[in-house]
Amino acid sequence: MVDAPLLSVTDLALGVKRSSSTNVIVDGVSFDVNKGDRFGIVGESGSGKSMTLRAVAGLLPAGVKVLSGSMLYNGKELVGMARRERRMLMGPEIAMIFQEPMTALNPVMRVGEQIAEGPRRHLGLSRKAAMDLAIAMMARTGIPDPARRALAYPHQLSGGLRQRIMIAMAISCRPKLILCDEPTTALDVTVQHQVLRLLEELCDDFDASLVFVTHDLAVVNQTCQSLAVMYAGRLVETGPVKQVFGDPRHPYTKGLLDSAPDFDQPDRPLVPIPGVPPNLAHRPQGCSFAPRCPFVEEVCLQTPPPLFEVEPGRSSACFLSDEIFKKVIA
Amino acid sequence: MSEERPALRVSDITKTYHLGNALVEKLFPKRDVHSRLTALDGVNLELRKGEILALVGESGSGKSTLAKIIVGSTAASSGEISYEGSPLAKRRDRNTMRRIQMVFQDPYSSLNPRMSVGAVLAEILLLHKIVPRREVRAESIRLLKLVGMEEDALDAYPSQFSGGQRQRIAIARALAVRPDVLIADEPVSALDVSVQATILELFTTLRDELGLSILFVAHNLAVVQHLSQRVAVMYLGRIVELADTEELFANPRHPYTRALIASIPRMTAESVNEDVLLEGDPPSPFNIPAGCRFNPRCAFATEACTLTDPALMPVNDAHLSACIRFKELPTFATIPIGLDHTKQEK
Repeated sequence: MVDAPLLSVTDLALGVKRSSSTNVIVDGVSFDVNKGDRFGIVGESGSGKSMTLRAVAGLLPAGVKVLSGSMLYNGKELVGMARRERRMLMGPEIAMIFQEPMTALNPVMRVGEQIAEGPRRHLGLSRKAAMDLAIAMMARTGIPDPARRALAYPHQLSGGLRQRIMIAMAISCRPKLILCDEPTTALDVTVQHQVLRLLEELCDDFDASLVFVTHDLAVVNQTCQSLAVMYAGRLVETGPVKQVFGDPRHPYTKGLLDSAPDFDQPDRPLVPIPGVPPNLAHRPQGCSFAPRCPFVEEVCLQTPPPLFEVEPGRSSACFLSDEIFKKVIA
Repeated sequence: MSEERPALRVSDITKTYHLGNALVEKLFPKRDVHSRLTALDGVNLELRKGEILALVGESGSGKSTLAKIIVGSTAASSGEISYEGSPLAKRRDRNTMRRIQMVFQDPYSSLNPRMSVGAVLAEILLLHKIVPRREVRAESIRLLKLVGMEEDALDAYPSQFSGGQRQRIAIARALAVRPDVLIADEPVSALDVSVQATILELFTTLRDELGLSILFVAHNLAVVQHLSQRVAVMYLGRIVELADTEELFANPRHPYTRALIASIPRMTAESVNEDVLLEGDPPSPFNIPAGCRFNPRCAFATEACTLTDPALMPVNDAHLSACIRFKELPTFATIPIGLDHTKQEK
């Protein structure tokens, strides 16, 4: 028997409602995250990857609304769930780690207390027990001298330590799903390496699933098993990371991979993607990538392509994916 | 045989910031030793003509401070910068300022949002008297073409452009005064990958066609490897290793460089890094460790490393390292996995 996925997002659409029109910023996004999965969402700025994640966390910025679709967490519908009920999920079930720990932490509260807040509310621990747990969690995330550091304020800690505090906070109630929004973008490469390792380790230890949003392809490769590539608010390709990177089936994915410098292939020329992403208020009628796509044909300009299964477990939103990539390989 | 003069020479540049009360410090000297931040501590560097030299290091290593000192927007505490063999005065004249130009990290904040692109370029062209007033427009168009933009951009405002285009405009502005040296402080780190490649390409073209010497400050080593001829690695205000790009990545002779390389996230599954080499955060620049500044985090540190503060030593003709054990470091490919754990347990 196959377990139902832990998180199942179906046909999610997000948009900003204006008086006369609705600006759709995420459109028809579907993906499943199974128990123990580490799932990456990659895309460039404005692709809607962070918005998708925020929708799952129930933290959409003011004005952005879920227009349609469903998000099932453990069989429970998140869309339209009462705020109170939703809030009880955040912490013991779902936790989020943000990009910039300096702005996500409360600057006037000691970090130990900030970590202890969740366990006190959700696990019903006493102040003392919650603080002990906070210190244990800080130790678990590799913070040296946690008892003393628990008394520090965020500004007294380095970026790497602050991100560890965020992680300690996220895992303090042992969530089953951890959402990460570019958690290492603000960090140095050596610290990034430590934090990624730590996240992976914790997910294994706590048997938690991970949804990891980033623009850095190499980071996805090191962290996730499967991924979805987003472009202009839609999914363009999904599948296992190794297969997608080794043999991309969407021209945009291929473009991204060709434009990113690869440390192991220093002599490969970098090929930029011409043009810029479309303005989402005036999305092209057909495929959003068509204006920048070197393989574009008549059909691409007519209707937006749905996700086609290209192999078991892999899909691509390109009408021509079979033709193009057979040609490329041949 | 006379060696060609470098475009720019940085000699023994030091920069310290005093944070804290000057009066208290005067009255009680040494009372608060941690109020002095050492951003740069005796940096020597040469930028050769027509090369792209990358400057890499973690945040706080002083790489941006050095860039600012070279363009003259910050004064060094001590040391000297010479341009084409002659030292630059504390207050630079307009002509020397013109020759060294800077491109900033964030093209969203480095362009005046209320000036059109044409106005930005015209201002600097007239200020430096590069061309007579009637030729300003033609010159501006030439500059835009040079960075791969069209003439119609002249009347537009920065907000109408994407990040990559803004960075092109910022580069056009830097090139307007016909500089010989370009200092680029993380010029692609705010850009998306697909755009980043076009800007990197532009830097290479500019070097090839205009013979510019470019100091490229960066933290992304994969980018550096693609772009630069030589790499200088900074750690806590010092250059700890300097070599040709290929040599540096193939045969790093400083443990910090090795840790940096080992931390690079890889694109292919086969090369995923399995060994964490560096624990902890860089030490505070208020309190630089005695001896080699890297020794508290170094897997190869010995007693001697805590006693001597090593200067850059030649590994070979084109390779310098500030590690007293650079000869003893194992071949790079054979660094034992999990080295850091043995160090941690001790």
